[in-house]
Amino acid sequence: MQQPGRAAEIKAIGIGKSFGSFRALDNLTLDIGRGEFLTLLGPSGSGKTTFLMILAGFVQPTEGRLFSDGTDITDRPAEQRAAGMVFQGYALFPHMSVEANIAFPLKVRKKSATEIRKRVGEMIERVGLVGHEKKLPSQLSGGQQQRVALARALVFEPGVLLLDEPFSALDKSLRGQMQAEMKRLHQETGTTFVFVTHDQSEALALSSRVAIFNHGKLLQVGAPDDVYDRPDNRFVAEFLGEINMLPLKGVKPAGHGSTGLCEDRAVSMHCKAEKVRGDAILAIRPEHMSIAREAASGENGIAATAIASTYLGAATKLDLTTRQGAKVTVSVPNEVAAAALSKGNSVWLTWPAEKGFLLPEGGQ
Amino acid sequence: MRGTLSDRMGAALLMAPLLLFLVLAYAWPFLGVVKWSFTLPTPGLGQYQALLTDDLVQSVFIRTLRIAAIVTVVSVAAAYAITVVWVRGSPAQRLIAEFCILVPFWISVLTRAFGWVALLSNRGLINTWLQSIGFISEPLALVRNEFGVIVGMTHFLIPFAVFPLASAMRSLDERVLLAARGLGSSRMRTFWTVFVPMTRSGIIGSAMIVFVFSLGFFVTPAILGGGRSVMIAELIYLRIFQSPDWGLGAAISVVLVVFVGALMALLFRHVKPKHLV
Repeated sequence: MQQPGRAAEIKAIGIGKSFGSFRALDNLTLDIGRGEFLTLLGPSGSGKTTFLMILAGFVQPTEGRLFSDGTDITDRPAEQRAAGMVFQGYALFPHMSVEANIAFPLKVRKKSATEIRKRVGEMIERVGLVGHEKKLPSQLSGGQQQRVALARALVFEPGVLLLDEPFSALDKSLRGQMQAEMKRLHQETGTTFVFVTHDQSEALALSSRVAIFNHGKLLQVGAPDDVYDRPDNRFVAEFLGEINMLPLKGVKPAGHGSTGLCEDRAVSMHCKAEKVRGDAILAIRPEHMSIAREAASGENGIAATAIASTYLGAATKLDLTTRQGAKVTVSVPNEVAAAALSKGNSVWLTWPAEKGFLLPEGGQ
Repeated sequence: MRGTLSDRMGAALLMAPLLLFLVLAYAWPFLGVVKWSFTLPTPGLGQYQALLTDDLVQSVFIRTLRIAAIVTVVSVAAAYAITVVWVRGSPAQRLIAEFCILVPFWISVLTRAFGWVALLSNRGLINTWLQSIGFISEPLALVRNEFGVIVGMTHFLIPFAVFPLASAMRSLDERVLLAARGLGSSRMRTFWTVFVPMTRSGIIGSAMIVFVFSLGFFVTPAILGGGRSVMIAELIYLRIFQSPDWGLGAAISVVLVVFVGALMALLFRHVKPKHLV
């Protein structure tokens, strides 16, 4: 984080943090690549914000070491790490103009007046705040304050930009706009971004990798499609979006994938049965299942009864019950849902072998 | 709306005894004082003209303003330091600061003034000690002058200066301070460029309270000034009870009240009342 203008590479090894008897973060090991956009995702109290505060230097870990570009920075105070940081609620200096807020980190670094003027001007242009230079934060809208916070955190070219739920105070349309803006800033600056959110769609939309936290533990790290399509455990599968879980018996490896019995029908999966044997859970996302009159031989499918539908505009959400009583939700084209409900309600649920994945039975 | 209305009426009823008391005990007699200032000893603006030409009255006014200004600066600065410890210190530090702030309220202003005399007089604790270690040969003039008055008043007023400051410091967003440090600012720099400016309303409120209090101070200057450092309130007392020159005393009182009123109006224009407690 010490060389300006260069994205930092961060290595966290065995980081843990306890507040009294509360374990906020447990044995976290994570590499954050140069210039990557990493999202820390999890419910509140999962440890994601604690980790961000440890990265910023505001919180001292109880154990573990933190490296930036190979240098141990665990004991380095926040003001010497100088990671750019955007706080929840922005934390702008209320008594300073937009210009003065953005100039602050440069003044601290004793840059010349001409350089400060030049870089603040560039930054104001880049975040689209031209004409607002002399205003106080209280005279700006939420979106504009957000831009000031981003500009202030990026103007000194930090090696890493840390963002703590920066969009939580914005309404939905503005949120989308700021997300696009943030992606653009990430590409333009090439800086490493570490972003905290509890909104899984935001995490999937923005990041190059997502790290999912729960109860102080890092559960899985991977590209958005990776964690969405191939979650390691039940929590990750459920947290990233709606998911159907069907009990599976007699799971065993078969060829490149695996097979098992779902509601007494043989089904196949492309994923390997590495962690699970015998009984397991077959997890499939609602949008990966379809409704058919009957399952073709060799195709994955089980019989189910349609119970209710919810019209969502672009598609319809259909709730079904399988013969053995499992509840399933599928997302299907509107006319398919109408037909399924009218036709005596009995249908086949099918899914491609590559879209089903195995989770260990019970537990997390 | 009905709820709000009856709430308001309830509030008015609760305040009524106090308002009645203020009107009967202060506003009504003050109107009498205003009347004296225009009628004694003869009707007219004579007393106010005298105010403008009387050298003694003017020098006392200037001295009062000077002492009030110095006391304000010293009290607010000292109170600021104490309040930082009180609001942001460790639990033990907070307890000590709270003790220092509250204990003075339990001791009468008279007792404290005489306490300072005992400390500061020629044969007081400080002078005897300094002489005994050979630091000075002649006692320092620490009391019966402006210095003594300033010490006594500052000591009395510091606790009053604390509350507006504490209110401003408590309402400050902690994340803004973290943000400053995260952007590379040292603790010192963060304190001076972020913390202090963000408590501006508290500083203004605190300074105004101390200044207004100082202008009307009577007991402390009378005792620690020893008649040599007369302030406005003492001058009014002398004019009414000793000269007796009721008309001039009344005119000085009116000027003081108008001046303080104008200051308060200015204060409330810049600081919301809720930030003063």
